[in-house]
Order: sequence, then structure tokens, then C-alpha cells
Amino acid sequence: MRRGLIGRLLGAHPVGTAFVTPYVVFLAAVFAYPLGFAVYMSFHDYFFAAPGAVVERPFVGFDNYVTVLSDPAVRRAFGNVLIFLVINVPLTVVLSLVLANALNAAIRWRTFFRVSYYVPYVTASVAVVGVWLFLFNSNGLVNSVLGPLAPDPSWLVNSGLAMPTVAIYVTWKQLGFFILLYLAALQNVSRDLYEAAAMDGAGRWKSFLNVTVPGVRPATTLVVLLATVTGANLFTEPYLLTGGGGPDGASASPVLIMYQRGIEQGNPDVGSAIGVLLVIGVLLLALIERRFVGKEES
Amino acid sequence: MRLRFVALLIGAFVFLFPFYYMLIGSLQAEPDPSVSGAFPKPGNLTFHNYAEINKAIDLGRSLINSGIFTGGVILGTLVFGVLAGYALARLQFRGRGLVFNLMLLIQVVPFQLLTIPLYVLIVRSYGLADSYLGMILPFLINSTAVFVFRQYFLQLPAELFDAARIDGASEVSILWRVAVPLVRPALLTGVLLTFIGPWNEFLWPFLITKQQDLQPLAVSLSNYLTTVSSRATNPFGAVLAGACVLAAPAVTLFVIFQRRFISANLSSGVKG
Repeated sequence: MRRGLIGRLLGAHPVGTAFVTPYVVFLAAVFAYPLGFAVYMSFHDYFFAAPGAVVERPFVGFDNYVTVLSDPAVRRAFGNVLIFLVINVPLTVVLSLVLANALNAAIRWRTFFRVSYYVPYVTASVAVVGVWLFLFNSNGLVNSVLGPLAPDPSWLVNSGLAMPTVAIYVTWKQLGFFILLYLAALQNVSRDLYEAAAMDGAGRWKSFLNVTVPGVRPATTLVVLLATVTGANLFTEPYLLTGGGGPDGASASPVLIMYQRGIEQGNPDVGSAIGVLLVIGVLLLALIERRFVGKEES
Repeated sequence: MRLRFVALLIGAFVFLFPFYYMLIGSLQAEPDPSVSGAFPKPGNLTFHNYAEINKAIDLGRSLINSGIFTGGVILGTLVFGVLAGYALARLQFRGRGLVFNLMLLIQVVPFQLLTIPLYVLIVRSYGLADSYLGMILPFLINSTAVFVFRQYFLQLPAELFDAARIDGASEVSILWRVAVPLVRPALLTGVLLTFIGPWNEFLWPFLITKQQDLQPLAVSLSNYLTTVSSRATNPFGAVLAGACVLAAPAVTLFVIFQRRFISANLSSGVKG
């Protein structure tokens, strides 16, 4: 190991720089530069032009943001994503923690259960959307089981139920991944704490609340954050499940609107502004959630 | 204990039933949405739907496209990701902390914000629309996999590396001869984690492939779902047949290698 001037300048293993170069170039080209470019576009009158054509793209200040915020469809989409998160996030946390806790015990068919919970997560959304369409159709299996209790209009074409149905679909689809996260976190909860709780006469429910739930709090913070980010990125499900965000925009997501405005209608500047607002929204939400969920973490 | 078992069983039913229904539905000649339709009737079973979807979208071609897309991402992540993960875990060089923090920061940037600028850059500026390279580029190196690789390399004893260096081995040969063989099982986990992403990815290839013979199966299937299906005789049967073809590789891989997904394997990635 060489020391001296070169060592101090470049570190003990300068070859490391060569090893990370492709990755750094990738991060710069695919994340950093487009990120800056998105912000740039959102403040300019940016439109698609023929390659090589010299066009003027003047600075327009907050014009694109004004366009976005005064568009009722965009406001509705942001509202929709809130509905989505209010259903999806608590459901995800509760169901995945309870199922992971049940799976963590010595139980018959553990492998079978783990596989069955994880299968929806590894399957393409496009594939399972096909089945859900078939199941939740007006005359689909779910409605024939429900009989007179079936909602009218049916699930995916009912403006009050479309977004909740999408939220439940995504919860079901992603749950396996979060179960796995909690299973990993449960390995770190000390056995001694359960024994101490049992000694104090705590039942199964009490020790779940007083030992398990605080014990996996860091994982809960992560689950809440990841579920929020997943929700904010929602596109495939409303696009395919509800035919492009119907009925009447009731299940449109911000990313769906961003795609329609930015690419279909050829206004990448407006699309970028929606993207920037979405990210700011997610960051704010993540901060609030951290205060809320991670409060007892020191 | 019995209660717990029953609860898990009900859960498993909820999770698996749509897949069972997908398979049954794909084999039915006439769609039957009533409850009895969930049970196969010998007279109603046929492979016709598979032929139908294969006529509408070239399944073989689409699967090859999905394979090239996924394979490119896995290759990029393995080659460049292992290099970066090893350097971040085992090498002291200027800027290491910066790269590591950059990697963590990237995890927070939602990919969807980048959709529009990447579309503009890759399609308009670089002219990579309707190409495998354009499809693969945004996913070429998976940061989560880099992070997981780094964690695995960190777990190896430092003496091993010191000894190899004293013997005069170059870093490239240490990585290739010492480090990689020791973490080979972990690399398989990395491959499996990476596989799911591009195989199931929809939005990005949907945006940049307009040519049908370049579209991955997820994209061609969704196009069939939104446009052509209304004209087919048994649209749901055909969609479900396509869905089975799309789901089968990922599900099969996962069932075979499910031990690789056990919590102990992932926990090192989660703990950070």
C-alpha cells in the first residue's frame, strides 16, 4: 500500500475511480442531467421540434405551473392520489405486518404461504390487470358472487369506487414485497423482549402491540415511504384498469395526466411542471410521515 | 395456532385465486363469468385463445424483445454494478463517499419525474426511439442492486483482501478470483431482483417503442387490451392467454429460486 502525495491525493486504491466511472456516468446521464432538464423545461416554453432545427424556447417563469394548477383535471388527479394513499398506505402497513408476523412463527406450509404472497409482486401488472378486469367487470365473478349487493355502476366504472378499487388492486399486488421487508425486520426483534413481556403476563395481542410494533418501527418508516412513492408513481393501473383514468377522470393519476399533457398532447414543459409538483408533494408527504411514524426513533 | 393457520390459508387463497382464474379463463372457449365458471368443464376447454393472441401479437417476437430488454439490464447491472459495489465496499479512493451518497440520493428521485426529460433526450436528441438501446439505457445499472452487492462485499473478511494484495494480485484479479466467487450466491439474488423490473416494466418501453416488432410482451399485450380486444370473439380469453405467457417466466423463476428471496438474504440490503 503506497502512501505519500499520490496516496493522499487519490486514496490508497486509485483504481476504484475507474471501477465506479461507468456507474457515475450512468447516474449523471440518466438521473442528474434529466432532473435538471425537467426543471429547465418547466420554466421555459418547450415544445417538440424537428431534430437539428434551431428554435427559440423563451423563459416563461411560472407560466407552466399556472397552467398546471388551474387545470381541474390535474387538481383532480392530485386529489385522486391522496384517496389512493389514504386507502393503500394504512392497509399495506397493517396487512403486511400481520401476515409477516403470522409467517414468522413456526408454521406448516411456510414456503407455500411465502410463495403465494410473493407471486403477485413478481408478476407484471399488465398480466394481472387482465384478470382483475375479468373479475371486476359489471357481470364478472365478483359481482355474480355478491349478487344483489354488487355496486351499480360496477367497480371500475363507478366514479366513487374506481380509485378505491385501483388502490386495493395495488395493495394486493405489492403486499408480498412489504411482507418480505417486515419478515427481515422481525429477525432483528430480540427474543428476550418477548420473554420479558410473557413474564409480565402479556398475552399474544399485548406483546404484538408492545414488542413487535415498536421493534419494527424503522421498517414501518421504510414501508410507509416506499408505499407512498409507489402510489405517486401510479400509471399502469389506472391506464389499463380504468381505460385511461375513467370514469370522467375519477381514477386519473398525476403521472397519467403528465403522460397525456406531456407526450400525447405535445407539451413537455407542462408535463415537466406536473412532474416537479409531484416530487415536491411526495417530499412533503414523506417529511410529514417521518414525523408521524418515525417519532420514537432516536 | 389453528387460527393463525386458517388466516394464512385465507390470505393465500386471495393471493392465488386470480392466478388460478387467469389460467382457467385462458383455457375457456366461451367466457363464463358466473361462479361455476371458476371450475373447469372439459367440454369448454381449448387452446384456441393462445392461437388467437398469437395471431394478434407475435408472442415469440414479443418474448424475444422482453428477453433482450431484460437481459441487457441484467448484464449491465452485473458488470458495472459489481465493479461499483466492489469499489464502494473495498477500495479507498478519492470521491468514494461522494459516489455513495449520490447512490443513496438517487433512490429518492422518483423515476416518473424523469419520464418526460428522458423521453425528450432519448427519443428526440439521441434518436434512440424504437431501439433496444433506448429501451435498456434508463435501467442499465440498477442502484438497488449496486447497494446490495456492496453490502455482500462488505461482509467478507478484510484479511482476505490484504493477503491477496500482499501477494501482488491486481484489484481486477482480486475481484474476479477472490471476491466474486465468494459472493456468487448473492449475485444470483441480485439477478433475480433485477429481472423483475424490466420484465414487468410497462411505461418506458410503451413510450419509446411504436414499432410492433420491437415491443416487449407487456407493451404489445396492453395495446391489444386497449385497442384490438373489442373486436375479438373471446377478448378476455385471448387477454388471459397472453397474461399467462407474460406471467409464466417470472413466476416459474421465482418458484424455483424462492429460497433466494428468504428474508435473511434481503435483510442485509434493508438494514443499510
